[in-house]
Amino acid sequence: MKKYLPSLLFIAALLLIWQFAAGRMNAAYILPTPVGIIKRLWELREPLFTVHLPATMSVTMIGLAISVVLGISLAIVMDMSPVVEQALYPIVIASQTIPTTAIAPLFIVWFGYGIWSKIVVTILMTFFPITITVFDGFKSVKREMEELLITYGAGKKEIFWKLKLPTALPYFFSAIKMAIPLSVIGAAIGEWLGAQSGLGYFSRRMMTQLDGAGVFAPIILLSAVAMILVSIIGLLEKICIKWRNEL
Amino acid sequence: MLAFKNVTFQYPEDDYAMMENLSFHVERGEFVSLIGASGCGKSTIFRLINRLLEPKSGEVYVDGKEIHTIKSYAGYMPQKDLLFPWRTIEQNLCLPMEIQKVGKAEQKRRVDEVLVQVGLEAYKDKYPKDLSGGMRQRISFARTLLTNAELMLLDEPFSALDALTRMDMQEWLLDQWYHYHKTILFITHDVEEALFLSKKIYIITETPMHELTIVDVPEGYPRNREFLGRPDIEKLKMELTMQLRKGGLKS
Repeated sequence: MKKYLPSLLFIAALLLIWQFAAGRMNAAYILPTPVGIIKRLWELREPLFTVHLPATMSVTMIGLAISVVLGISLAIVMDMSPVVEQALYPIVIASQTIPTTAIAPLFIVWFGYGIWSKIVVTILMTFFPITITVFDGFKSVKREMEELLITYGAGKKEIFWKLKLPTALPYFFSAIKMAIPLSVIGAAIGEWLGAQSGLGYFSRRMMTQLDGAGVFAPIILLSAVAMILVSIIGLLEKICIKWRNEL
Repeated sequence: MLAFKNVTFQYPEDDYAMMENLSFHVERGEFVSLIGASGCGKSTIFRLINRLLEPKSGEVYVDGKEIHTIKSYAGYMPQKDLLFPWRTIEQNLCLPMEIQKVGKAEQKRRVDEVLVQVGLEAYKDKYPKDLSGGMRQRISFARTLLTNAELMLLDEPFSALDALTRMDMQEWLLDQWYHYHKTILFITHDVEEALFLSKKIYIITETPMHELTIVDVPEGYPRNREFLGRPDIEKLKMELTMQLRKGGLKS
């Protein structure tokens, strides 16, 4: 608890400044106070928690799951074949230079207003950190350990399962921790641009009604959910990888 | 047991060969130390035996068979223990047997047996981080034993240990050798370590290697450290050190 104290004090100071400044401005449709946002979150709890949060979480989880499968698969094939690595690596990098918000409306044209256009935005934002980080994990395998397995008669498959996969596990957890906030942002961007439900959609609807606190309430909820998910993954990581500092 | 026949090897990035038509052999059950200056090619010999490198010409035989025609013929113990931190001691020991597709029950039986022999049966379910440097090297040696190979290649296994632990480990290694009767080829920089452990010492004095200088250690087994203080052994130690220094200056 003690180590988080400076961070908590800093956040508290920022919130106080915000509360004071927003109170002085007295224009809640532009800058609501933190207390006003919390009150609004409570008032809107039913639609937010029963309709829009589940909608955004579905997009986030499906997008993240597909990104994990896609990212790990790409990392494995790039690690297995230098030719594939040379062919794919520039494309993977190039995919990150695409301005997602600019191209996202096209996804709505291609995939419609349903869930899939948002999932594609989420995948586009999250598969890159997963691919690159897990690939780096495979590359971080100690040459001596690999050679030791070769002297035991291990083939590529055994080296992968017994050495590369465990070595890459800490990298995988780091990738997931990076990808979670990005997947939440991706889902919200997709919903912002065109949807029938979801926290991004709800935030935009509140904007049209000049309800500043209503705009912030789903954003606060999104941040809180992302932080909770990252903490859960961090906890899982601690349980699964007690040997992280020994590699 | 082990024979090099006219082996020539050169690293692609070097403009000189590491060895040219090198031939030597090690008898079954012998404890042979291989000494030489840093960078003279001691580990290269091990890598050729393990097929991590391929010779330009010549052949390597183990038990009369060319090494490309056989499998699991040598157990290799590297300088670092290379225990996998995500595996328990038992799981680390099972590693070579898993690759050789030994049955689970047999793996367990052999691990229990070897753990008793190395005196670490209480650590079976611990992780490498729970063990001291000397214990980790004993587990690494046990893992090498569990390759079930007759030939063991030990590459400076005690070089990272402190002086006292190192002496304990040398005596412990001799006990293991008496027990298992394996053929051991042992790389070291330390002349005294080579004298204490080996029946024969093979010295690399030149690069490229054309032949190894062979010295018989005039002491039988079992041994204790007292013989190292004998005048003839002191003289031999001095001669070997001089040869190594000469080799070091050449390379």
